[in-house]
Amino acid sequence: MRFVLPLAIFLGLAIMLGLGLQRDPRALPSALLEQPAPAIDRPLLEDQQQVLHLQDLRGRAWLLNVWASWCAPCRQELPVLAELSKRDAVAVYGLNYKDQPDKARALLRVAGNPYRASAIDGDGRVGMDFGIQGVPETFVIDSQGRVRYRHVGPVTAEIWRDRLLPVIRSLQ
Amino acid sequence: MIAELGVFALVLALVTAVLLAVLPLAGAHWGLAGWVRLARPAAFLLCALCVLSSASLFWCFWRGDFSVLYVAANSHSDLPMAYKLAAFWGGHEGSMLLWQLMLSGWTLAVAWRSRDLPPAFVARVLAVLGWISVGLLLFLLFLSNPFARLIPAAAQGKDLNPLLQDPGMVLHPPLLYMGYVGFAVPFAFALAALISGELGAAWARWSRSWTLAAWGFLTLGILLGSAWAYYVLGWGGWWFWDPVENASFMPWLVGTALLHSLIVTDQRGAFRSWSALLAICAFSLSLLGTFLVRSGVLTSVHAFAVDPGRGLFILCFIVAVVGASLWLFAWRAPELGRCSGEFAMLSRETFLLINNVLFTAAALAVLIGTLYPLALDVLSGEKISVGPPYFQAVFLPLVLPALALMGVGTVARWKSSLVGELWRRLRVALVLSLACSAVLALAGGWMGVRLSPATLLGLALGLWCLLSTLAHIWQRLGQGLEIGHLGQRLSRQPWGWWGMLMAHAGAGVFVLAVSLADGLESRHETTLAQGETAEAGGYRFRFDSLGPTAGPNYDAQRAQFTVSRAGLDSWSMFPEKRVYRAQGMALSQAAIDSGWTRDVFVALGDPLDDQGLRWTVRLQVKPFMDWVWIGTLMMALGAGLSLMDRRFRTAKQRAHRQSGAPALQGAV
Repeated sequence: MRFVLPLAIFLGLAIMLGLGLQRDPRALPSALLEQPAPAIDRPLLEDQQQVLHLQDLRGRAWLLNVWASWCAPCRQELPVLAELSKRDAVAVYGLNYKDQPDKARALLRVAGNPYRASAIDGDGRVGMDFGIQGVPETFVIDSQGRVRYRHVGPVTAEIWRDRLLPVIRSLQ
Repeated sequence: MIAELGVFALVLALVTAVLLAVLPLAGAHWGLAGWVRLARPAAFLLCALCVLSSASLFWCFWRGDFSVLYVAANSHSDLPMAYKLAAFWGGHEGSMLLWQLMLSGWTLAVAWRSRDLPPAFVARVLAVLGWISVGLLLFLLFLSNPFARLIPAAAQGKDLNPLLQDPGMVLHPPLLYMGYVGFAVPFAFALAALISGELGAAWARWSRSWTLAAWGFLTLGILLGSAWAYYVLGWGGWWFWDPVENASFMPWLVGTALLHSLIVTDQRGAFRSWSALLAICAFSLSLLGTFLVRSGVLTSVHAFAVDPGRGLFILCFIVAVVGASLWLFAWRAPELGRCSGEFAMLSRETFLLINNVLFTAAALAVLIGTLYPLALDVLSGEKISVGPPYFQAVFLPLVLPALALMGVGTVARWKSSLVGELWRRLRVALVLSLACSAVLALAGGWMGVRLSPATLLGLALGLWCLLSTLAHIWQRLGQGLEIGHLGQRLSRQPWGWWGMLMAHAGAGVFVLAVSLADGLESRHETTLAQGETAEAGGYRFRFDSLGPTAGPNYDAQRAQFTVSRAGLDSWSMFPEKRVYRAQGMALSQAAIDSGWTRDVFVALGDPLDDQGLRWTVRLQVKPFMDWVWIGTLMMALGAGLSLMDRRFRTAKQRAHRQSGAPALQGAV
């Protein structure tokens, strides 16, 4: 019996690893899931006189993408996001996290601008309210202003197709 | 064309591997001498084809053939030549090809060095290695083909990950893989013994040298990886209990246990099934390491290939290899019967058993810490990470007793030892190490350095490891004290004995260095503008100037710091903040001034304003840091010295002896 024990332990381990493989290490659950999204109320990158209010976006599902010019993956993500959101007609708003507006605007000119508008979160307080762990992160927010999904890391075509778009379509 | 040649060589290698896996095994089973004889030429051919395939990939990197996807993803025309070649293993596909190349190299070495072993046994060993090659070659060809074409070809490559552009990175993966894959050989020996049902002491004797070699390479590989983390990642530490570091550390721990358990099986015929199980575990953990790094199950700085398809294949491969071998173990091991070597409670066998239990438990603790976050995710959906506090709390209590008993075990006799004799041989070392640590504590207190209890414990333990080893040498060589005979006595000692002492002394040096480097380090994180000074660990750091500079494939801000100590001497250090052009990735290149007694470390963080006048900087002084590397190097050197032992070179005489007979030489 004791000679079978290593095999039994190993099989248990293998099953666990197999189940672990089904998980995406980047799909971190958000503490805000199904909760109202925190208020943003920050001036827009494009026009600092205007402010991004969540209430104005009620009535349809949209994406909030947290980005910064100092973040290398964001540079790769921007053109992808621009193309996909245009193709599938999804509203994407940006949260420019701990960044300098000049550099942020410069990056959008070079890499492409997927955003209807971007709010300036210079001190990172809004990001903190959203509980972000790193940049980029993307939140799906529904027509009632609740957080429905959270993705950590850059959005790729596969992530868009398999993760984000199904959630958005289910909300529309 | 050359890339297609590489793929073709891989396909032929797969065919050869299938032949190697099937025919000799069948031949050994049914007693077909012709099929058994096939094993050796097939092993040679397999290695030649893998070398051809790897040479093709090297050629693609050398010529910068960006029509090959893997080259385009990992190289760049501005990349210095040494890194172009190192880019071979800078990504997933090339690493896997390197794995296979190493495996075929070890297979060849076994085929070459085992001419004096029974042909049927060698055929089984080579067949087991052939099976592993089959799995890996399938993986290479179907899921991670390094020669896949990119059409249309890229005009320019994406460049090698800047983190990997470091001399240490050129050597780290090959050495680490040599170690990982090297454990396939003792694994194959154990399986061959289990398949044939003759699990005597013979297989243990034959696999000892292979285990030593694999362990030595793994030690060097981990050393380089850790040094790379220290010098390049610039986090100011050298071990982070990162899942991928753990993945290389677990086979090392089990390999260490295996080394010691094989000694008992070889010399005394005991622990047979245990040694076989450890050999299986060591290689399984190597495979698990590959799985963890390559599948993206765990997030980590190292895990650059996130591809569930690959993860699934590697998992199936592990299940097949480990499941089959453990099943074989469960089936055959009970037939081994009771071991022949009886031993008393106080004997070298007992100490080696304790070593085995502690090292295996330590590996298990690391395994749990590495997999626990994953298990929690599977069971409850929570994502957590287990940090250094867990590992320190669980790992140290297991390894410290092992180190404390190391000196005792080496002087204990086989079968039965007496407390009085052990005490007589070790009392000087014990008293001296305690006295020295007490003196150090007092001297530290007098100089205003407070040593924590953990540091003191580490110091005492390190001294004990060193002094008990010295006592052992003294007693072996110094009896009689006639100088004329000393040379004779020195030359009569087997290399294996010197190797053991070197490795054990290395462990002592390592423990001492870690205690001092971590216990007495001073670090200071601050912001500095040009012209300002800060202090850390008794050194003054002045931020003199900052200017742009450029390397072959990066632009950098280079700062000049003047470091001085209490008006004695002063010198300049130049930390850099680099931006690699191709990927736009920023990397802080710390300036490290290494010395025999301390490392001084200056790293640039980020500028706090647009003009770059004020920067965050990290200043760090780590005492005796170099000795951490020296201690580890001594351990690897110990394995090398042991390999020169006559016993391994004259395996031919021993091979014909009946298995299980106790060896005549009394040495370890």
